[in-house]
Amino acid sequence: MKMLINVPETVVADALRGMAACHPELIVDVENRVIVRRDAPVEGKVGLVSGGGSGHEPLHGGFVGSGMLDAACPGEVFTSPVPDQMVRAAAAVDSGNGVLFIIKNYTGDVLNFDMAAELAEDEGIQVAKVLVNDDVAVTDSLYTAGRRGTGATLFVEKIAGAAAAEGAPLERVESIARRVNEFSRSFGVALSPCSTPSKGGPTFELPAGELELGVGIHGEPGRERRAMMTSREIADYAVQVVVEDLRPENPVLLLVNGMGATPQLELYGFAAEVHRVLGERQVAVARTLVGNYVTSLDMAGASITLCQVDEDLLRLWDAPVRTAGLRWGA
Amino acid sequence: MSSSEPAVDDTLDTPFFLRWLTAAATSVSREATRLTDLDSAIGDADHGTNMQRGFAAVAEALEKEPPGSPGATLILAGRQLISKVGGASGPLYGTLLRRAGKALGDAEQITPQQLADALRAGVDAVAQLGGAAPGDKTMLDALLPAVEALGGATGSFAAAGEAAEKGALATVPMLARKGRASYLGERSVGHQDPGATSSALLIAALAEAAR
Repeated sequence: MKMLINVPETVVADALRGMAACHPELIVDVENRVIVRRDAPVEGKVGLVSGGGSGHEPLHGGFVGSGMLDAACPGEVFTSPVPDQMVRAAAAVDSGNGVLFIIKNYTGDVLNFDMAAELAEDEGIQVAKVLVNDDVAVTDSLYTAGRRGTGATLFVEKIAGAAAAEGAPLERVESIARRVNEFSRSFGVALSPCSTPSKGGPTFELPAGELELGVGIHGEPGRERRAMMTSREIADYAVQVVVEDLRPENPVLLLVNGMGATPQLELYGFAAEVHRVLGERQVAVARTLVGNYVTSLDMAGASITLCQVDEDLLRLWDAPVRTAGLRWGA
Repeated sequence: MSSSEPAVDDTLDTPFFLRWLTAAATSVSREATRLTDLDSAIGDADHGTNMQRGFAAVAEALEKEPPGSPGATLILAGRQLISKVGGASGPLYGTLLRRAGKALGDAEQITPQQLADALRAGVDAVAQLGGAAPGDKTMLDALLPAVEALGGATGSFAAAGEAAEKGALATVPMLARKGRASYLGERSVGHQDPGATSSALLIAALAEAAR
């Protein structure tokens, strides 16, 4: 397994040094692993903090900037960050108007953010939390750690970020974030496993002629394995499970997300098929975003996320954003 | 009970606790690859790396700021794990040791029975934090039998070590219901739980410190 790294132990720190060098609009604390927008805390604004294991870039560090996150805490590869990082981030972005923690539903992220929220409140920072759990591949959530947080994280961070940028109070930013999560569903497929630097190879086996339907962003298994399907067949399958769970009545935002090793040529071809099926099902697509946004290292494959939006959410989605990984109108 | 280990009315002092955690750091480091391989099968292949990083920080902190009591030793170790490990293991192992340390208070010497009670309090806190029950294929499946063996009438550190090891092995046929392995469902059966395995290492280190 060849990787463009020095040694596995410094992969995260090396990436953070790169972010620091390439994005002077960010303050990157390599030692303490916190990425903060340089103009934080923004007067009168609720602070948005997210974080999680590294290996999903541009999530979350790539989404720090005006109109989205105020800070991100990258953990080790696929390992949640620790409370110290989150408390540090909260303190750096709190302007006295409180901080919202955006947490993907994984046991480690939840436990660490819960501890951090308590510690931050001890320091006099008002903290609200929103849990992202959009992955419909997890069907028996009673007997598992529950639905995982995947592509909807981008929608939550963008839309809640826009609300915060407008000066909405913590309570409203939190309720908008919850609404976005509630109206979002995702489903992913893996064509190849991902490889972590510390393991030095694939973290699970996926035979050459098969794909994993419903894969998680750490390579967690989904609903089933099948013989390799065409883009058309995958779109039929994925859209069906998402639409049947979400049952959208309004137009949707669509994210056609690459898992890290699937080129744009394939993603756009897949996006065409997804649009076709959505059209057949009378689901109107208000906006589409195509690219690698919530990745799983070098996994090949894609996920789709739908977020049902009203005029208010669509307006917030369209609002200007300026980050390393997502940028428009600003 | 082996005659060379502390009897029920013996006392355990701070150096005993330092020996325990140092032994744990050594064994976690030695077994890191095995832990990661176990985690690779049903999790996300980072348990060994994470535990090794956490216990290395514990060993370093204990050397840098030597604690004055058994309780303080466990609290310091727990704090290091929370702030260095991440994932679910950091908060869970950190809570185990911090809660046990708090239960010991600032006594300079404690009895094995008091340690058993303190560990029981720690294990209860872990169960509450993680929301897991015995049989869910988690670290509890090694820790619970261990504290029961240690706190029992004929309890001993060696018996606790054996019970933890047996508990870890017993996770092989279980269906995971917590953490990332839970998404595997039936496919988690047949693999030993990495968390139960590292818990057995921690208890084995306790038995080693007592010898």
